[in-house]
Amino acid sequence: MSATDIIGLSAAEAAREISSGTLAAGELFEVYRTRAAEHACGAGLNCFTWVASEASAEPAPGEDVAPGTQGGALRGVPLAVKDLFCTENVPSQSGSRILEGYLPPYTATAVSRLRRVGARLLGKTNQDEFAMGSSNENSAYGPVLNPWNRERVPGGSSGGSAAAVAAGLAPWALGTDTGGSIRQPAALCGIVGLKPTYGAVSRYGMIAFASSLDQAGPLTRDVTDAALMLRHLVGRDECDATSLAFPEEIELPSAERLDGIRLGVPEELTGGSAGDGSEGIEAGVLDAFRAALRRAEELGAEIVESIHLPHAPHALAAYYVLAPAEASSNLARFDGVRYGLRKMDPAHPGDLLGMYTRTRHDGFGAEVKRRIMLGTYALSSGYYDAYYGRAQRVRTKIAEDFHTAFDQVDLIVTPTAPTVAFKLGEKTEDPLAMYLNDYCTVPMSLAGIPAISIPCGLSDGLPVGLQIAGPAFSENRLLEAAHALERALGFDGSPTRVNGTTA
Amino acid sequence: MARLARLQLSEEELEPMARELSAVLDHIAKIGELDLQDVAPTTHVVEVTDGLRADEPRASLPRELALAQAPAVSDEGFSVPSPQA
Repeated sequence: MSATDIIGLSAAEAAREISSGTLAAGELFEVYRTRAAEHACGAGLNCFTWVASEASAEPAPGEDVAPGTQGGALRGVPLAVKDLFCTENVPSQSGSRILEGYLPPYTATAVSRLRRVGARLLGKTNQDEFAMGSSNENSAYGPVLNPWNRERVPGGSSGGSAAAVAAGLAPWALGTDTGGSIRQPAALCGIVGLKPTYGAVSRYGMIAFASSLDQAGPLTRDVTDAALMLRHLVGRDECDATSLAFPEEIELPSAERLDGIRLGVPEELTGGSAGDGSEGIEAGVLDAFRAALRRAEELGAEIVESIHLPHAPHALAAYYVLAPAEASSNLARFDGVRYGLRKMDPAHPGDLLGMYTRTRHDGFGAEVKRRIMLGTYALSSGYYDAYYGRAQRVRTKIAEDFHTAFDQVDLIVTPTAPTVAFKLGEKTEDPLAMYLNDYCTVPMSLAGIPAISIPCGLSDGLPVGLQIAGPAFSENRLLEAAHALERALGFDGSPTRVNGTTA
Repeated sequence: MARLARLQLSEEELEPMARELSAVLDHIAKIGELDLQDVAPTTHVVEVTDGLRADEPRASLPRELALAQAPAVSDEGFSVPSPQA
């Protein structure tokens, strides 16, 4: 098999080729390893902050799966992992200077579950610092470039994961989503991204951003791969008390029709104006979205126009209280004591408080500081009720909105992001404009429900994402619907794989 | 506020930070528009019952491993400047 043929395989196909003996796991790993290394640490698309060495193509002793078990399903399939997942003795920096060179003593459950069934760690992917960002421009290790157009951002915060999959530098990748950090970069890079139900995947070993929202999930080339990875990710983990036993097995989707499925189109998230003087969803994105709905109708779906999520316009405001508040407490652990950077205040070299503030001054980037400030403010005495307390109540209303909506429809569809990939630097001066990228994805995060983004077409030559959301634990239905639509839409993601190949 | 957050901000950082934060706070003020009386706050979105594991003693992270990434170590512990200094 030629390298081009190998890169053309999805993760599910590669796993099949390996188990049937037509492809050697070492060969597969080496093809990807070489490509990943060309786009790492400032080179190429800058997708990776660490890439495995040649030797790691072979499983470490004791790492491989017991024969005869369900394990081994992903035997030899390389896996790219977002930097914020702790990986034992492999740098895990969460895109931050404060964790430069940090080598965790243990591996995150999500990663070890995939390794237990045979996946091989290919590399760690670049991301916005502590997952705070929608463009990957907040990484201390430099921006990631979009393989569709290198002057554009890949989205964020799982930007390295999304760009790596789109450019064929990895068969698939693990990411995390707090307010849209899997779905939005998947949309901007023309791939599939799934945020599971909150609690479906263990958060143990994920460097925390906002604990009540963070959720790990797959970034893949197609819906089948997303289902395959999710199948091995879900489940109760006693190391994460918020994790849940998934009520059913995740099936590989096979649907080609959408007969009888009611798809709701929420007016609040599909308009030309997002309020706040912003321009809302751009015309090219809406066109691609509408065209996808017509396709869905041809497949037998019933499109229910103008359902309502009355509190969705307030979701972003509530999110930007809750997430920074949780971040300000989670990031308190970075103080120069137990791990990571330590800096002394040159004016007061023996001073403990000076060490804290200087370490955090030098170690954190601007966006992280902004969110810590915001969160500290929202939690400070006298403001708690007006901000955090109110935001938690808005969250209740948003969850109720979805409950009501799911009485009328099976699934909800929106564009994933209001725009296609924007230019590097275009929104860095205006945090609020950057935050509006998450306008359509944040409501599902607050409600804890699963949502998937699949590519649904191009606008100005750049991919547009379609978001499909369902009730908690409806992942199987979500994946079936996404699979049927994916087949009908016939989006071609192969052009970017050329861009991942060094000329 | 920066002091409360244990952050040191330089003079050059202060002005843009204040400007950007007020823009974000203006947006956040939207949640003040809603009538939320009698609405219960959501702390956890998906119902978890019996989230506790059995209370059995087990090995913790070995000391050497816990200290391996520390910037400074003394007497088998994390070393920090004296709080009284």
